[in-house]
Amino acid sequence: MKMHRAEEIWLIISVSVLVLSMVVTGYQTFAQGMGPPSNMETIDPQKVDEHELFSEPGVYKTGENQYEVVMTLQIFSFTPGDIEIPAGAEVTFTMTSKDVVHGFQIAGTNVNAMVMPGHIQKITETFDEPGEYLILCNEYCGAGHQAMATTITVK
Amino acid sequence: METAVLKETFMDKTNKKLGVNPEDALVSKVYLSLAFILLLVGGTLGLLQGLNRAGLLQLPVWLNYYQILTAHGILLVVAFTTLFMTGYFYAGVSHTLGGLTSKARKFAWSALASLLVGTVMIMTTVVMGEASVMYTFYPPMQASPWFYIGLVFLALGIWLAGTGVFVNAASWKKANRGQKLPLFSFFAVGGYLLLILGSLGITAEVLMLIPWAFGWTETVNVMLSRTLFWAFGHTAVNVWYLVAVSAWYVAIPKIIGGKTFSDVLARVVVILSVILNVPGGFHHQIIDPGITQSVKFMHVFMSLSIALPSLLTAFAMFAIFERAGRKKGATGLLGWFKKLPWKDVRFLAPMIAMITFIPAGAGGIAQTNNQLNQTVHNSLWVVGHFHLTVGVTVALTFFGIAYWLIPYLSKRVMTARLNKLGLIQTWLWAIGMLFMSGSMHWVGLLGSPRRTSFSTYGDNATALSWDPYLMFLGIGGTLLFAGVVLMVYIVFHLMFRAPKGHTEFPIAEEEENASPTPKWTERWGLWIVLAIAVISMGYVIPIVDMIVNAPPGSPGFKTW
Ligand code: HEM
Ligand SMILES: [Cu+2]
Ligand SMILES: [Cu+2]
Repeated sequence: MKMHRAEEIWLIISVSVLVLSMVVTGYQTFAQGMGPPSNMETIDPQKVDEHELFSEPGVYKTGENQYEVVMTLQIFSFTPGDIEIPAGAEVTFTMTSKDVVHGFQIAGTNVNAMVMPGHIQKITETFDEPGEYLILCNEYCGAGHQAMATTITVK
Repeated sequence: METAVLKETFMDKTNKKLGVNPEDALVSKVYLSLAFILLLVGGTLGLLQGLNRAGLLQLPVWLNYYQILTAHGILLVVAFTTLFMTGYFYAGVSHTLGGLTSKARKFAWSALASLLVGTVMIMTTVVMGEASVMYTFYPPMQASPWFYIGLVFLALGIWLAGTGVFVNAASWKKANRGQKLPLFSFFAVGGYLLLILGSLGITAEVLMLIPWAFGWTETVNVMLSRTLFWAFGHTAVNVWYLVAVSAWYVAIPKIIGGKTFSDVLARVVVILSVILNVPGGFHHQIIDPGITQSVKFMHVFMSLSIALPSLLTAFAMFAIFERAGRKKGATGLLGWFKKLPWKDVRFLAPMIAMITFIPAGAGGIAQTNNQLNQTVHNSLWVVGHFHLTVGVTVALTFFGIAYWLIPYLSKRVMTARLNKLGLIQTWLWAIGMLFMSGSMHWVGLLGSPRRTSFSTYGDNATALSWDPYLMFLGIGGTLLFAGVVLMVYIVFHLMFRAPKGHTEFPIAEEEENASPTPKWTERWGLWIVLAIAVISMGYVIPIVDMIVNAPPGSPGFKTW
């Protein structure tokens, strides 16, 4: 198949853009630790309440302005809800679902993760800007899905 | 041998003189009629969704948002598209191979029966409120078992329709030894092959879900099901796109008075699409747990490779336009642009479809890169994205095809009035989508989630700030609904009312000096082996991991 000069140029430029986008994505993932939430731990979805972590969901201080939020998602709520943390806090959310698939999203941030039964999901975010943020479920989970929300307030 | 060739050319000639034979025409007319009826139903539901999200319409208790959204998704992105594809491909196979074989026609009719049984089963369970699970039906949400059995019939319908095309192409090759399969039929074979490859995953999934839904097995592997679903879900939309692309390569050059850009290139695009496509399913699971970051990164590569055939197509299309324009006396760098038949809806509709694919494809490339995906996943951005790709690039090309395919089948002709209505339809669609998809993209970036009925989350300030954008979503949806009604009117007018006459099935010819198409393009066995190799590369590691390291399974839930 013979190619035109212009076609070669077009392909070289566009493929370079694709490769460049991959390089940036790879660099951010592996060098800067910004990869997408991909935690590998599992859990028995029918025994979440008996689990060492999830038997007591809540906000735990883990270090100098570092927090871990241990959270369960179930139709149609987040436990714990109405979370409060100080400004500048680095918060790790450790989550699982007690029933169907849910989504965990904090509007106005890049916090976005799927939360599945049987899997423990983790995502970390540093909250510098004070204010009230909306946490919502962004995966359809049933009749009350549009009401599944809570807030995190940064003081 | 000699006589076989003579007989073929004779058949070709009569075919061209008399047009399509009534038996073949009936197959395609039935498929296309059903497709457009479903478009009307699905579009009506779309309007209700749009108005609800804009906060203008509170749905009555007996009509749940998630119920109609499930129906909208299945009717439009599965049923409408499959039916259109089959009606269109069978018509083109009949035209380019000198009529369908009677065996192929039987396959087409039994495929239709299977597709209808499947669709009726699925829709019945949805209407009864037994299956408000979306077209993705992620377990452990558990629909009625009949919903999943309906899906098996859909898969069976796809295989039957594909087999009919394969059988017809094989018998043509036998009767025309040494000749290359006409380009249109090449697209049809490639399209069905890819769809069948993709449907293997969903079939395996559904076979696990049926016993679970009947209560014979207690739990199900949630991650595995989801992954198998997306092997299909992703591949299917790429097949719909390939169907649209077939018209761009085969019909559009003829409509604008040009020639095929390169027969070889078009075939390479089909082959690459078949080989590379299926593992793209993973870009729907970028923020899932249970898949490592390394596997996700490998899949950035696999997804981006799917862009390659589209890049080839983009170049080819502009080359076709430029050559056709210059032949008509265009000068200067962009003079050809004005020579294009903008007032001919058979050109305008697919042209807008193509132009739309420029931002739509770019958006796709962006959101398959992991971190960017995290910013938009499951937001309305994504819904905006696929209303551009499937809702415009695919659907508007299908509309563009209908303007000549339906009168070709019904032995009628399009009138100037219908052409004008078609132009209005096309602009309604383009502007409606600009509003709807534009506002979906924007409000999605701000955080508004998809698959969520109107909600202010208890008058939350952030959620309230989304309302103005959602209003534009509603306006766009209303324009689109008008477009659907107009389109369905045009289709049935062309089918039953337009003046009798002869309409051509536009098939572009090759340039006189075109290089011959090499024989290797038709080594289907090799393409299947390569496709399976690529699928294995993408799936073996994560699937083994999902099975071996699976958590205890999930029981079913009915949460609606
Ligand atoms: C009258 C025209 C249309 C309107 C007004 C419309 C409107 C909408 C709206 C408002 C949503 C749901 C947003 C959400 O809550 O997530 C949606 C979802 C969807 N639409 Fe459309 N749409 C139209 C045409 C189409 C067409 C032609 C296709 C494909 C061929 C299509 C495919 C889909 C799909 C696959 C979904 C996703 C369903 C899901 O999330 O499960 N739509 N549409
Ligand atoms: Cu939800
Ligand atoms: Cu995809």
